[in-house]
Amino acid sequence: MSLSDKAKLQFMKDLGFPALASLQKAMRGKRAPRKANPDFGPPLKCTARLKEIMTRHYYLARFAPGAKPVAWVTSGAPVELLRALDFYTIYPENHGALCGAQKMGPELCQVAEDEGYSADLCSYARVDLGHMLSGKTPAGKLPKPDLLFCSNNICQTVAYWYKVMAHRLGVPLVMFDTPFNYTEISQDDIDYMVGQVKDMIPVLEKAAGKAFDMERFIQVAELSRAASELWGQCLETMKARPAPMTIFDAFVHLAPVVSLRGLPVAREYYEILLAELLDRARSGIGAITNEKKRLMWDNIAIWYKVRDFSELFASRGMNFVAATYTNAWAETIQHLDMSQPLESLAKTYSLVILNNNLEHRLNLMAKMVSEYAVDGLVVHSARSCKPYSLGQYDLKRLLSERLGIPAVVIEADITDYRYFSEEQALTRLEAFFEALEAA
Amino acid sequence: MSYYAGIDVGSLSSDAVIVDAAGGIKGWAVTETGAHSTNAASAALDKALERAGLRPDQVAYTVATGYGRAAVPQAGKKVTEITCHALGAYTLFPEVGTVVDIGGQDSKVIRLGENGKVVDFVMNDKCAAGTGRFLEVMAAKLGVTLDDLGRLSLGAEGEVAISSVCTVFAESEVVSLVAKNQPIPQIIKGLHRAVVNRVAAMTGTTGVREQVIMSGGVAKNAGVVKLMAERLGVEISVPDEPQIVGALGAALLAAREDAV
Ligand code: SF4
Repeated sequence: MSLSDKAKLQFMKDLGFPALASLQKAMRGKRAPRKANPDFGPPLKCTARLKEIMTRHYYLARFAPGAKPVAWVTSGAPVELLRALDFYTIYPENHGALCGAQKMGPELCQVAEDEGYSADLCSYARVDLGHMLSGKTPAGKLPKPDLLFCSNNICQTVAYWYKVMAHRLGVPLVMFDTPFNYTEISQDDIDYMVGQVKDMIPVLEKAAGKAFDMERFIQVAELSRAASELWGQCLETMKARPAPMTIFDAFVHLAPVVSLRGLPVAREYYEILLAELLDRARSGIGAITNEKKRLMWDNIAIWYKVRDFSELFASRGMNFVAATYTNAWAETIQHLDMSQPLESLAKTYSLVILNNNLEHRLNLMAKMVSEYAVDGLVVHSARSCKPYSLGQYDLKRLLSERLGIPAVVIEADITDYRYFSEEQALTRLEAFFEALEAA
Repeated sequence: MSYYAGIDVGSLSSDAVIVDAAGGIKGWAVTETGAHSTNAASAALDKALERAGLRPDQVAYTVATGYGRAAVPQAGKKVTEITCHALGAYTLFPEVGTVVDIGGQDSKVIRLGENGKVVDFVMNDKCAAGTGRFLEVMAAKLGVTLDDLGRLSLGAEGEVAISSVCTVFAESEVVSLVAKNQPIPQIIKGLHRAVVNRVAAMTGTTGVREQVIMSGGVAKNAGVVKLMAERLGVEISVPDEPQIVGALGAALLAAREDAV
């Protein structure tokens, strides 16, 4: 790592980005404010801070090469190992969500398809490959990685996707293989995962150019745990009636715990978000003005529809108060225990929802329905995400039978809106609204 | 006396039903939607009014349903075809537990609770296989009319298996079967089987509760109804006019709407 690159990154962090941000703010100030939609309560004040954090993260990324080792990481990988070695991390899935929200999914997917990648591949992978091949991104410029870090605790797609990237970029790939949890996690599984961590440390050290320090790792893991726990508490504020936030907000406020956990900024952010949410809950400020029904969402967001859907549901007095997806970054953090750092890390990461059996998912959803007083369930069957979408029809049937709540499946995709049919989705949703209103 | 109208604008047909305040059917019509759904809705309504011997200003309230429901200016309210089909079927058959609707361009299965409320539903609207369109394409290929399909298949001695689920591929499969001199009634029976398998698979999601009703244009095809009954292992009842179940539900909702 060169000294001058380090100085440049530091300079941009301390002076360059703040100057840029205030300039942007000044420009924004001149625009007429958007007319307030009467279906929504006052917006979250934290959103401005969130935007600043995420913009800064992507902006500074271009100055990272040379100053810090750069890694591209999957959303479910034990990033604490990299944080202890001071890696600058980029999350292609988070970037994919960003591209999806900006409605760039089909364009980037097409680039990957033209190169010969199957249209049936997860669109996060296609967007990422499309970005790599074309350089197109709404984030300015992503830094080339020194290392790829992948865990198959979310799906097998990432294993092959990252192999392709490693091959094309000519950089090392470190993979963390997490055995699927069919019933209960065994000591053998844990030993197998800890063994992998021990084996990968020298590779990570080599890419980072420094030695792994257990104490530093423990500090970082504590920061990570704090951010995840705070995130879990933020979500729990939605048990209040009316809920102070909607899941559509949570989809966005999720970004730091996904891509910045283990850094102090993530913890700090969730401290202020939690304070604001508790305050709103205490004062009875709801995310939507007329919360008549409370809903739960299953699967990843439909990124290009987040705003439209949030307006549609709010106009019907329906608020999403829980989601298995946003919950995933808080669900297993209680396993992290610094008296057994590596064993507990293995547990925390291998017991995530997508690496866990359907029985677990069913029980989790049933629990969420009762804890959050959920009246109805919306299941997004995402063409991209096979592990998340498999079994959803059974889950839906079992939940509506056991708990007697209406449920609906909508077929869509996370970023590739060529697989979304507006008219068909709306008809299903309207029929669901009619059933809920009649209930 | 006030009258109420329900209009169901589907992709192939537009249907209208007029009821009186007691829910009795006064007139109905089934017309082709064509390119302009607003015109089709008006044409269906006019025809139903004419049959009922009523003037447009005698209609107190109108509810629209179906994919084209947004383009019905007469409607005071728009309700999905799920709710309308359920209510229409429940009114005609108070014991109904499941509605299997095979329309021109989509098919759906609705499971109802004891009280006629919708418990669950599945729609197939991604693919022409399992819809009336599939049969329409095949009838044209075989040179028989849509109305003859049922009668011909009931007389079939045996059945030819159709392996493609895709309408486009099944079409070429049919061409090659005809070329191999397979008897037409047996091919038709195989085609019916393909539709039935496709739609019956949807009941795996919703479950089946008796009494089972079939609606939609394809319910007029006795060959399909018979195979469906065998496949589901239940008896199936078909309303006299299976195409107007959705519009009937809409008209009944219009009457309710006016009462509040
Ligand atoms: S969306 Fe699903 S398939 Fe795609 S990377 Fe994420 S977990 Fe894997």
